[in-house]
Amino acid sequence: MQAAGGLDFRQAPPFFVPLRFFLTAPVFLFLAGLLLFTPGAASWQRWSPAILAAVHLVTLGFLAMVMMGAFLQLLAVVAGAPVARPRLLAGLVYGPLTLGTLSLAGGFWLSDRWLFYPALTLLAAALATFALAAAASLRGAARNATVFAMAAAIFALAVTLALGLALGATRAGWLELANFVALVDLHATWGLLGWVFVLVAGVAYQVVPMFQLTPAYPRRLTRYLVPLFMVGLLDLPWAQEARSAWPGDAVALFLAACLLVFALATLYLQHRRRRRVADVTLDYWRVGMACLVGAALLGPSGAQRFPALLGILFLYGFAVSVVSGMLYKILPFLAWFHLQSHTQAPAGTIPNMKSFLPEVRARRQFAVHVATLGLLLLSTLPGGPWRYAAAAGVCLSALRLTANLWGVWRLFRAQGGRSG
Amino acid sequence: MQSFFDYLSADHHRCDELFAEAEAAVGRRDWAVGTVKFQAFRAAMLRHLDMEESVLFPAFEARMGHAGGPTRVMCNEHAQMRELLGSMADSVSAADDEDYAGLAETLLWLMQQHNVKEEQILYPMSDQLLADARSELIGRMAAVPAV
Repeated sequence: MQAAGGLDFRQAPPFFVPLRFFLTAPVFLFLAGLLLFTPGAASWQRWSPAILAAVHLVTLGFLAMVMMGAFLQLLAVVAGAPVARPRLLAGLVYGPLTLGTLSLAGGFWLSDRWLFYPALTLLAAALATFALAAAASLRGAARNATVFAMAAAIFALAVTLALGLALGATRAGWLELANFVALVDLHATWGLLGWVFVLVAGVAYQVVPMFQLTPAYPRRLTRYLVPLFMVGLLDLPWAQEARSAWPGDAVALFLAACLLVFALATLYLQHRRRRRVADVTLDYWRVGMACLVGAALLGPSGAQRFPALLGILFLYGFAVSVVSGMLYKILPFLAWFHLQSHTQAPAGTIPNMKSFLPEVRARRQFAVHVATLGLLLLSTLPGGPWRYAAAAGVCLSALRLTANLWGVWRLFRAQGGRSG
Repeated sequence: MQSFFDYLSADHHRCDELFAEAEAAVGRRDWAVGTVKFQAFRAAMLRHLDMEESVLFPAFEARMGHAGGPTRVMCNEHAQMRELLGSMADSVSAADDEDYAGLAETLLWLMQQHNVKEEQILYPMSDQLLADARSELIGRMAAVPAV
């Protein structure tokens, strides 16, 4: 399979490239759950060491890990522009991201400034390398709303990284930053809204209609939502600098309205889907969109008054749900696809997607996830025994997710698939 | 004048529609309806693959000056689809709804990622490369017999 006329139709990249990211990610979710047991997480204080560590285990260790693995796949299929050296790139990104995330979480949790040295160096290397390689590939990509969103998300990832490095350096005592709290807010906003939300939206434009057989997203939505959202994000700090409060509030309200429009449009399209069979990924998306609606209605005023509730709705309810649901499709499909090409057996005779990941196992893990989400939300109420139950839920759900994903890999190997 | 993109994308959607109807009927274990719907889906799919392989791809390759490259990858995926369709037919004959569900899910993913590549890249490219021969080629595709 070779390139022709500037087109490269290879089903890039090799299985091992995304696989490492997908198999490692749920372990970080488990570690985040463990941290919720510690006394430091007791009152969901945003600035407590355990919460800062847990949040970064989820955002970098789980979300970024999966999203970057999937991004490499998307570049090939949706953008028609696979990265030039996927094995090399994955090698340069995976190790530093894993070790950097562990060091950063350790640095936060133990309040150990020395751990910030390896953390910042490794994360800078991993994320900058990834962002540069992705940006280079996107220059040769097809032009569509998804590709635009992917490019915007990469830009947001770079902004989040730059702010994160400055904040980390401040925390380690190498830098003095005025406006520290405002910059933390900006870092979180660019990471969660710019990188996570924009990438999910761009991917949704493709995958929601394709795999549930729904009508397409309205053209006006896909054309304007992400560009306007990015303008809003860029305006946010200047609007908030203004003397009176309203420009900042207006921009924040606009961003929340964008989240709302996207979530409601997605729920509506899914309601009108032509595919009528029960599907755990669809259910994951619906939970995710419901939580996104909740987060949009709660914020921006909720960011100050209920930061824990907003964080749980957005991170665990929206982002972790959607990413888990997508993992349940992407990994079995890739396992099937690569197994077929490795063995050259007739396509209908090797294990199919549901043999790789039986629906009933995915369904059980989904039930634990939803129960955990409820417990997490309850645990934000003062008092009550909910926190330990919620922490146990996060751990159990992550363990089941890990077992399900590693099961795909085991069957792939047992059937004669190669890891290289 | 109709483009390859319009003509063949519409056919993709028609196949999607038939896929969903067959999957729903088999999911209900309604084998009388399921068998008919599956046969309609399979016939539409096979005809679509034939239209591309017997008309569009040869013209595309002739204009590009060589075979291989994009059309060869597309043909490999067509072969995988035919094999999955064959196994699905077996599961319909055996009234095995569980096997059908797994094969159908796999076929849907294969088909959809394949269609994206065609609709984003191959069809627009064909519309440019073969602009002068478009109506004649679409006429020949329309005349491809049902399987």
